[in-house]
Amino acid sequence: MTTHSLENAQNNNEDSHGHYDPMAAKMGMWLFLFTEGLLFGTLFLIYAAYATKYRVEFEETSYDLNKLLGAVNTLILLTSSLTMALAIAALHRGAKRLCQQCCGATIAFSLVFLVIKGYEWYHKIHEGIYPASQEVQLMPAGKQLFYGLYFVMTGIHGIHVVLGAALILVAMHFICKEKVTQERSVFLENTGLYWHLVDLVWIFLFPLFYLIH
Amino acid sequence: MTTAVVSPPNENYLNAKRGVMSWLVTIDHKRIGVMYLCGVIAFFLFGVVLQVLMRTDLLWPDSQWLSRDLYNRFLTLHGIVMIFVFIVPGIPGAFGNFFLPILLGAEDVAFPKLNLLSWYCFVTGALLAVISVVLGGIDTGWTFYVPYSLQTGTTLLWPILAAFILGWSSVLTGINFVVTAHRMRDPRMSFFQMPLFVWSLYATGWVQVVATPVIGITLVLLLLERGLGIPIFDPTRGGDPVLFEHLFWIYSHPAVYIMLLPAMGVVSEIIPTFSRKTIFGYKFIAFSSVAIAAIGSLVWGHHMFTTGMGDTARIVFSFLTFLVAVPSAVKVFNWIATMYKGSIEMATPMVWTMMFIFLFSIGGLTGLYLATLGPNIHLHDTAFVPAHFHYTMLGGVGTLFFGALHYWWPKMFGKMYNQKRATIGAVVFFIGFNLIYFSLFLAGYLGMPRRYADYLPEYTIYHRLASIGGFIMAVAFVFIFWNLLVSLWKGEDAPENPWGGATLEWRTATPPPTLNFDGEPDLSRGAYEYPEQVEDV
Repeated sequence: MTTHSLENAQNNNEDSHGHYDPMAAKMGMWLFLFTEGLLFGTLFLIYAAYATKYRVEFEETSYDLNKLLGAVNTLILLTSSLTMALAIAALHRGAKRLCQQCCGATIAFSLVFLVIKGYEWYHKIHEGIYPASQEVQLMPAGKQLFYGLYFVMTGIHGIHVVLGAALILVAMHFICKEKVTQERSVFLENTGLYWHLVDLVWIFLFPLFYLIH
Repeated sequence: MTTAVVSPPNENYLNAKRGVMSWLVTIDHKRIGVMYLCGVIAFFLFGVVLQVLMRTDLLWPDSQWLSRDLYNRFLTLHGIVMIFVFIVPGIPGAFGNFFLPILLGAEDVAFPKLNLLSWYCFVTGALLAVISVVLGGIDTGWTFYVPYSLQTGTTLLWPILAAFILGWSSVLTGINFVVTAHRMRDPRMSFFQMPLFVWSLYATGWVQVVATPVIGITLVLLLLERGLGIPIFDPTRGGDPVLFEHLFWIYSHPAVYIMLLPAMGVVSEIIPTFSRKTIFGYKFIAFSSVAIAAIGSLVWGHHMFTTGMGDTARIVFSFLTFLVAVPSAVKVFNWIATMYKGSIEMATPMVWTMMFIFLFSIGGLTGLYLATLGPNIHLHDTAFVPAHFHYTMLGGVGTLFFGALHYWWPKMFGKMYNQKRATIGAVVFFIGFNLIYFSLFLAGYLGMPRRYADYLPEYTIYHRLASIGGFIMAVAFVFIFWNLLVSLWKGEDAPENPWGGATLEWRTATPPPTLNFDGEPDLSRGAYEYPEQVEDV
């Protein structure tokens, strides 16, 4: 639903009014990002409350996550933000093909990110560590909450990665169909904004889960 | 924005296109407004039916007419339907959608398709709420407090999904309205020339954007916890149920202002029109909307005074709660000052508005009792609380929903209703309303707990009075809607400006053409400049 609404937010001006108001689309997108920020903000608030209450357990559990994979994923997302920004810059200069390639690269990075994240999850679940598992239920409360939040927050972030990638795919399609062009580039710009949000959230998630000890 | 298109004579938004499909896929904000109106009223009546069933059960102290279980489920559903499906989307969805662009001299909202999407979210959410009853309903109350909501045997999935989707609908409307006020406004109209209804919708839009995501994600977490056993709020696994309450009220108190602000905007339109006098203190009213939105977002803790939070926090929350009464009072004083020396006409919308000021004052002042730490301990979770918030919500927002309905009905549908009958309906409502909730104030003060299906015999008299009031009120609602519906067939055609209003919607055809105005909107006069007004020095 999110993707759908974004798409609408960005398109309808052109369709129904015959006039193109990139400023309105941008404003709508920023307000939408605001709601996303609050959504993750709530999760961070819950994290903060429990991390304060169970400081020691949170730090101990954090050791059990794979820092290397986390760091690699951080690098991947940061690079994907770069390719996204390059895609927009390319479109502004009228380099349609380059723009498509950069978009493609961003999607590729997002897939690599998801594969690595999926591997981490798979590994944990394989060890019997998932929220409702016997193993986790025997852990002390702080550890249980840590894992609960870990799966929820990285999971919801993962959904946003998928949505972001889907949105980029839609943008590529529009560029192909000349619906998004050098002069009418706001759809891609908004997609970029969304992608940077996805990246930004991860930049907070990474230290909170992998590096707190 | 203001292309000079002149539509053929007698063509308006209602008859420009025909067929059910032309409504279901419309992106015309007026049609979406009308669809909201139909949905909102249908579900409102559903909520009223639940109310009647519960009040019937409460006629006798130990009644088993409804099983306790059924009573709890009806109670929960009444809360969900009335809050998420009636009051929150009511005025902004129906009248905001219809009139916001017209008041700004625009052709439509900034994102018309998004607007339609938010209507579909609204309908889907509302239907899910009803389906949840068919599937058994839930008994947690509309607050879904953990740990009970984690343990209850009833199905949480559907009602929570409903609340979540309705939340989305609300966010999309909020985004749409904020951007519309900025980008679609007629370039000749400055921010401080916007009608006050627009200001209030603008402030509401911001609160919707800021507060709703918090409840959205909190409800998702609750579902995940129940469905997948992920520990988050469950105290047996280290979670903190009070944290859930915080997150719930971080949305749900600002939600009170999401409901209230548009209603206050309606008052600021009706009073000047029926007093034939420029609104007093335009900027104060405009900024008080923004102040209410801002302070109102910081007072959620007062729902939790008895949860054992620290004294400092309690004092701060109590103080902020008192503070939010200030901008509300500023509005009331300005409205009264507007009427002073005005040429007041007690038409039906004005009657509703006067009832609002009376009922809302009672609701607001009893809110101060509850905001005060000492009395709060005594009154917390008694029937005093539902009495208080029904005075603000139904006596405040609800009356203004009816006020707005009677004010804008001629413009929306092009027909005049029978004013005498409409006023009688309003007065009957007023009697029924006070009978219910004033009795509940007394019962609550004497210790009657809220939400209970049973009560001790000593409370019988209060509950009986309340039930009689509830029935009277239900009859009034039916009468009011019947009167309006009849007008569609039998009413006289409404003129362009039946009330002598000065805002832009009264300067276009009745009902408005598809593009809202034939040609440029007439901005030669301000929103509150009445030609016949006598200047007092």
